[in-house]
Amino acid sequence: MNVLLLKSVKEIELEISQEFEIFDSWMDRYEYIIDLGRQLSSFPDEWKIEENKVQGCQSQVWFKTELKNNLFVCQAISDSAIVSGLIALLLRIYNQKDPSDIVATNPTFVSVIGLDEHLSPTRNNGLNVMLQKIKNDARNMVLDQQLKTKLN
Amino acid sequence: MNKAFNLENIRKDFPILDQEINGSPLAYFDNAASTQKPKAVIDAIKNYYEQDHSNVHRGVHTLSVRATELYEESRTKIAKFINANTSNEVVFTRGTTESINVLASTLSGLIKQGDEILISTMEHHSNIVPWQELCIRTGAILKIIPINKLGELQLDSLEKLLGKKTKIISVTHISNTLGTINPIKKIIELAHLYNAYVVIDGAQAIAHTPIDVQDLDCDFYTFSGHKLYGPTGIGVLYGKENLLNKLPPYQFGGEMILKVTFENTSYNSLPYKFEAGTPNIAGSIGLAAAIDYLNSLPLNLCHQYEMEIHDYALDQLKSFSNIRLIGESHKKSPIISFIANDIHPHDVGTILNQKGVAVRTGHHCTMPLMEFFNISGTIRASFSFYNTKNEVKQLIGGLGIAFKMLS
Repeated sequence: MNVLLLKSVKEIELEISQEFEIFDSWMDRYEYIIDLGRQLSSFPDEWKIEENKVQGCQSQVWFKTELKNNLFVCQAISDSAIVSGLIALLLRIYNQKDPSDIVATNPTFVSVIGLDEHLSPTRNNGLNVMLQKIKNDARNMVLDQQLKTKLN
Repeated sequence: MNKAFNLENIRKDFPILDQEINGSPLAYFDNAASTQKPKAVIDAIKNYYEQDHSNVHRGVHTLSVRATELYEESRTKIAKFINANTSNEVVFTRGTTESINVLASTLSGLIKQGDEILISTMEHHSNIVPWQELCIRTGAILKIIPINKLGELQLDSLEKLLGKKTKIISVTHISNTLGTINPIKKIIELAHLYNAYVVIDGAQAIAHTPIDVQDLDCDFYTFSGHKLYGPTGIGVLYGKENLLNKLPPYQFGGEMILKVTFENTSYNSLPYKFEAGTPNIAGSIGLAAAIDYLNSLPLNLCHQYEMEIHDYALDQLKSFSNIRLIGESHKKSPIISFIANDIHPHDVGTILNQKGVAVRTGHHCTMPLMEFFNISGTIRASFSFYNTKNEVKQLIGGLGIAFKMLS
């Protein structure tokens, strides 16, 4: 099955933290994040609707999540370059995952990659809100799956 | 008496300025959001709590008498600072927002369906939403005085909007986003031709220009302590005595009463009628200390110097070809708002913070104004007399890095 070939949330978090270890200045870290944001796959304008908008960020952020082949699939974008970079990291960690894995794992990558001082979830950059959105949507998918199993 | 402007000494008065942020010296350009506090203010609050604190009014013991004297002395100092006719005209509030809310709530009784309230395109949300709510409650109509592309109020349009139905005009003295200085004396004059009440949002102006409420002849003037180098949580509602007397109380409880029985309550006189509950005593004392401090400076020269810094920054910003200024009024206070092509203001602010530079980014609580300029937000640098040219250079250097990283 697909799931077995995929890395877990924890494994990817570890991978990202190893990548960030090579940067010794904040500028390099930010440049890398900005670059990751630029590589986000395109987000069609017709998806930029109120329903997909994540409220509570200083920048505009859109998330489109769905359950595909029992996996959490998400596309997202922001009009802020730095927030788009954060989105790229989030998607790398959470995309194509079993929703229950997402619900069960608390993210640690922010502190591990040395950005907690600048991008801690309490700061108003929307990271916290985006994490909540991912977790909420994943939780709803798990609940839906459980409901379907029961009904069957 | 000619006092000299001494930047070095002034900076020593503000302990918070002497620190590093992310390895760079702090360059604080968020003064329109809140100014920093001189040691005199910090000490006044500390001394009050260490030596003089008790509840104010009606106490016979020494501490209560001292606290009351300090509290009322603060009111007198503030009255003098804005040249109010009497200290009864100075009501303590939590800040500009609460001052405007007091008015929007208590003026309700004078407003009927179809009456008109005028505000302008450049208002802060706290000078929009309370009036919207008043309109919902009373059936009055909110009308908007337009601005031009430079961010200046269009007086000819105001003259057309004014009429028999106009009951209240509430405008900002200085725009927190654009820095525009509005011709409020003229507006007040025009409004009074129609017997409309004029409320002035003085949140920004109080720190950058001398205020003489009698000369302005405004009916109400509002400001916050924390934008005038004083503490947060204290502000002022100035109102002409006869008008404040006409208005009903805003909140009910202790302090604001004269006599209470279970059948009936009569209310206290001004300003206590509007000050229910134990007030922010330390806040008022801190604000008075800020005013004492400002009075010890050559304030005119301070205001002049702020504009020098503003002009210098504006000139330096011209080296960037990707910048569009938002707010180019002919009459400006030391606030610069700008955007940089497609770069998100929030990203610029984040990078600037890495270089120790504090600016504000976003809509600055003026979303209708952002809509007018068709933008989502700006980068705003707002200056105080404690800022230096070197700090401006730090801002320009930081912007250079930010633009390079983000373009």
